[in-house]
Amino acid sequence: MKELLTILVGALFIENFVLSKFLGICPFLGVSKKRETALGMSGAVVFVMALAGAATWMVNAWLLVPLHLEYLQTLAFILLIAALVQFVETVLKKVAPPLYRSLGIYLPLITTNCAVLGSALIHVERGYTLLQAVVYGFAAGLGFTMALVLFSGIREKLETCDIPESFKGMPISLIAAALVSVAFFGFAGLVLPG
Amino acid sequence: MGAILIPVAVVAGLALLFGIGLSIASMVFHVQRDPRVDQVRGVLPGANCGACGFSGCDGYAEAIMAEGTSIDLCPVGGNTVLAQLSVLMGVEPETREGSQARVLCQGNWHTVDMKYRYEGIQDCVSAANLLGGMSACIFGCLGMGSCRRACKFDAISVEDGLARILPSKCTGCGLCVAECPKGIIRMLPVKTAHAVLCSNHERGAISRNNCRTSCIACGLCVKNCPVDAITMDRHLAVIDPHVCTDCGKCAEVCPQHTIRPIRTDVAEWLQRNA
Repeated sequence: MKELLTILVGALFIENFVLSKFLGICPFLGVSKKRETALGMSGAVVFVMALAGAATWMVNAWLLVPLHLEYLQTLAFILLIAALVQFVETVLKKVAPPLYRSLGIYLPLITTNCAVLGSALIHVERGYTLLQAVVYGFAAGLGFTMALVLFSGIREKLETCDIPESFKGMPISLIAAALVSVAFFGFAGLVLPG
Repeated sequence: MGAILIPVAVVAGLALLFGIGLSIASMVFHVQRDPRVDQVRGVLPGANCGACGFSGCDGYAEAIMAEGTSIDLCPVGGNTVLAQLSVLMGVEPETREGSQARVLCQGNWHTVDMKYRYEGIQDCVSAANLLGGMSACIFGCLGMGSCRRACKFDAISVEDGLARILPSKCTGCGLCVAECPKGIIRMLPVKTAHAVLCSNHERGAISRNNCRTSCIACGLCVKNCPVDAITMDRHLAVIDPHVCTDCGKCAEVCPQHTIRPIRTDVAEWLQRNA
């Protein structure tokens, strides 16, 4: 239990996927204009990352490792994640249309989200167990959520600010993102037990 | 051999497995889709220009069916699409007065002086950032073709440093209007036959100094208009399209040829979009 908590806190703050590992920057900048869309995207990412954690662990441990094909991880995981997202989309469309509509375009976008692939490759590299891998994926997704929601709040505030003409739009967003990231580096000094 | 065949077999097997799984899933979780969405989508022009305010023609078609969005939001399709949509949706067909984009400027390389020679990024916004552009007229067309690149219908050409919009191709989507940093592209009703092709609000002496086709605010058009459709707004003649009867008197008296007949193919356009 303590281990899982360590993984959770670590993935949330110390090695936040967006702000410390710089994975998933595209959705981070693309869908953080409004808090609602940010939450929609984040929900989909948490869901897919946790599922992908389990699925990639199984493929890796039961198929790739016994056959000594670890070098196929990247290829196999991309294939797996793409299929998984497609499957989740099909199921959601039927089972939970409101959720499907609220996730909208963000669900298929996750297919090519490097944060999902990143979490899969990292849990393999660290030799996590199945449960740990799922928790790690879930925590990484939560970290992504936190970064996105924090940043969408900042961007909503920026909308009403008097920004110099040349900084309007993307430039000021990038500067704000850099400052948030620097702030998160403060967590790097946090030493976790275990 | 095994070193190659096994990985190939594993990846191919995985792909096959996922493929079969997905096709089974799509059969098990099949959702009945409203066939009218596809019909509506088929009627729409398919340019995906976004002028309706949705992400594209697909988004608009779904919005019409699911949310009951108004069917007259597509400026590109005009009355043709509107009529087809009203048949599909089973509502009373109606017509609507279309509008088209116009460049309200005639200043090209031959008629306008240059403040300096511009060799930067070939884009109107960049050029406009340097002292309001290289054209001596601060209001006029810069001719770098930002509007041409914005146009999805190939309706804009740039000749001698002046953007021209082909009425036969312009669909009235308004993308170029938003793109022009000088704001000299305006939407005018399709039937507009005469327009003041100048946007310069400077005093006549100054504007004439910079450009040989600018409005000099002499007021002859205002005096000669039989229906009082023309007013002077800060040294620039403005025609009210709702009052104008297209008699053409203003174009005859304008000493600078700023007011010109802008279209001769009104009848043809109306017929095409009837």
